[in-house]
Amino acid sequence: MNIHEYQGKILFKEAGVKVQNGIHCKTVNDALNAYDLLGSKVVAVKSQIHAGGRGKGTLYDIETNELVMEGGVKIAFSREDVEEYAKNIIGRKLVTKQTGVNGKIVNNLYIEAGCSIEHEYYLALLVDREKKSILIMASTEGGMDIEEVAEKTPEAIHKIWAHPVDGLNEKDALEMADNLNLEGNSKQDLVSMLDSLSRMFVEKDCSMIEINPLVRSDSGEMIALDAKVSFDDNASFRHPWREEMRDHSEEEEVETRAHDHGLSYVKLDGNIGCLVNGAGLAMASMDVIKLYGGEPANFLDIGGGATRESITTAFGIILEDDNVEGILVNIFGGIIQCDMVARSVIEASNELGLKVPLVVRFSGTNHVEGKEVLDNCDLDVHTASTLAEGAEKIVNLTRSVE
Amino acid sequence: MSIWIHEESKVLIQGITGKQGTFHGTKMDEYNTNVVGGVTPGKGGQFVDLPNKKVPVFNTVAEGLEETNADVSVIYVPARFAAAAIIEAADAFQEKGGGLIVCITEGIPILDMVKAVAKVNQYPEVRLIGPNCPGIITPGDIGGCKVGIMPGFIHEKGRIGIVSKSGTLTYEAVAQTMSVGEGQSTCVGIGGDPVNGTGFIDCLDAFEKDPQTVAVVMIGEIGGSAEEEAAEWASKNMTKPIVGFVAGSTAPPGKRMGHAGAIISGGKGTAAEKFKAFEEAGIYVARDPSEIGNVLVKALEDSGLR
Repeated sequence: MNIHEYQGKILFKEAGVKVQNGIHCKTVNDALNAYDLLGSKVVAVKSQIHAGGRGKGTLYDIETNELVMEGGVKIAFSREDVEEYAKNIIGRKLVTKQTGVNGKIVNNLYIEAGCSIEHEYYLALLVDREKKSILIMASTEGGMDIEEVAEKTPEAIHKIWAHPVDGLNEKDALEMADNLNLEGNSKQDLVSMLDSLSRMFVEKDCSMIEINPLVRSDSGEMIALDAKVSFDDNASFRHPWREEMRDHSEEEEVETRAHDHGLSYVKLDGNIGCLVNGAGLAMASMDVIKLYGGEPANFLDIGGGATRESITTAFGIILEDDNVEGILVNIFGGIIQCDMVARSVIEASNELGLKVPLVVRFSGTNHVEGKEVLDNCDLDVHTASTLAEGAEKIVNLTRSVE
Repeated sequence: MSIWIHEESKVLIQGITGKQGTFHGTKMDEYNTNVVGGVTPGKGGQFVDLPNKKVPVFNTVAEGLEETNADVSVIYVPARFAAAAIIEAADAFQEKGGGLIVCITEGIPILDMVKAVAKVNQYPEVRLIGPNCPGIITPGDIGGCKVGIMPGFIHEKGRIGIVSKSGTLTYEAVAQTMSVGEGQSTCVGIGGDPVNGTGFIDCLDAFEKDPQTVAVVMIGEIGGSAEEEAAEWASKNMTKPIVGFVAGSTAPPGKRMGHAGAIISGGKGTAAEKFKAFEEAGIYVARDPSEIGNVLVKALEDSGLR
């Protein structure tokens, strides 16, 4: 789960990480009031969406698709500037490197007091899966795309690790400060910030904290000018407060709906819908469809606890996608029984009025019974005994549709 | 031989009185797994009826180990309690001199796993498999030792070792070996979480040392770099042939594909990179899981094993 920058900064403040004063706004009027309240001549007017690259993004009108403004984060030097920028941002579509071409509609704005910047840094905390620990990485090349830095100048990225129980070793934090060439109060600021952030990372069960840029002000203070925070969804049970921070408009409705039914669904751009048990097999099914010249329309893992009801939901979700011209069901029965899936598939097909070709491949628990159920039904179902055969059949069937 | 478990291994079930624990405990017993007892805090002294026998329930793993002398503990407890269950088992096995923990549970918070794995790693004689995995199985002459949720009947005792990040794709690999007349020595599901216990290299190393195993099928998926590291390790340390497949060639970047660890982030962890690492390490590559059987035959023939 991701949250907005303004929410991340509330958590930063609580954790003792320095941030500029700022106010969350929903309207142009809010933004003007915020400007008056902040009492800072220069402010940043920042689009709030769950994607990076906002500063270099472009805003478009949602109806006409016309370009409204370059840059989703603007520095305003007057009340008039704030008004202009807020008008250009709220309710517009922001397209960034991370949003894809469809962009995201900006419903939230953050007005933040300006800050005199001496230097920009990059700082991130995430779980290092190989070292099985919390990785803190930083670079003196702030404001830039970190992937680019990693690619071109990997030596500019400095790394230390914090343990979730033992915490961050002060020696490591001091070394990081040295590597970033920080001195005096800046060095102290960074060490304390790293300690606060690694505590926050553990306490809030984060999966990532990214600050780009982290800045050194003209007085040497280290200030988080950005806040990108994601949480580990598996830990939501111990953080009920997260629900209040959730912005449903930022989430794919269909993916959330699938999740609520115990399904794992990701929409893709192809024309062959897939319904599979197990994440690895679901990916492999997509891969094999592609090998046979088709394009998968989705990833869908129905999980080990699938029921008639969840399979019907899964079928419904696949068929909602107008691009779908055929469906491949691939089940390797372990806990799940193929005959149960067969009956569920027939029921769902009848209920939803299936009009596209359907290929079913069963293996494992009760696969013979499953095939019998399909052979004896009125539905036009093609069966296959291997994944390759199933993929080939559905690819050919969807071709003949064209 | 086989790796880590064998037909006589004594297995304890943590969470045996829960729905999952009872269901899979029953299936394990049906497969002739030597289930010796279970653990559910507060239910010590009770008994659970399995098809072949009645087994005692203990309040703690330590108590269970003392009474049954179990070698393996399998965890079917809910995600929020699973890391604590791993740590409890690790401490208890350490007292006893070692053992194997198999955690099936899916959805454990990642930082809980960082803590649990750090604990297990303090004890060289204690091994953790999982979490978020189907478990481990060593097929025997009649049934065998099944520690997990995989369908027992698809397996047969043989000479191929299987290691995989994915559940159902492991079954697919098993079916592929069977389709070319080969059985399995041991099949290990290491799980699809970003932070887990036993990794590919541990399994390859054990298969290399196991006399029953002559070849290995390794199934990876997108995310992280465990496959690349394993490939590099194998190129230096494995004499037995490996057949490899990686799921997720068509997965888009930045999207989690079901498993918590299956995500391409920052352009890293793609299937293409992993396949490339496999090829560079001399691993026999199957681009389609339905081809694993044929590729395995080729690998065995090249090594003079068929």
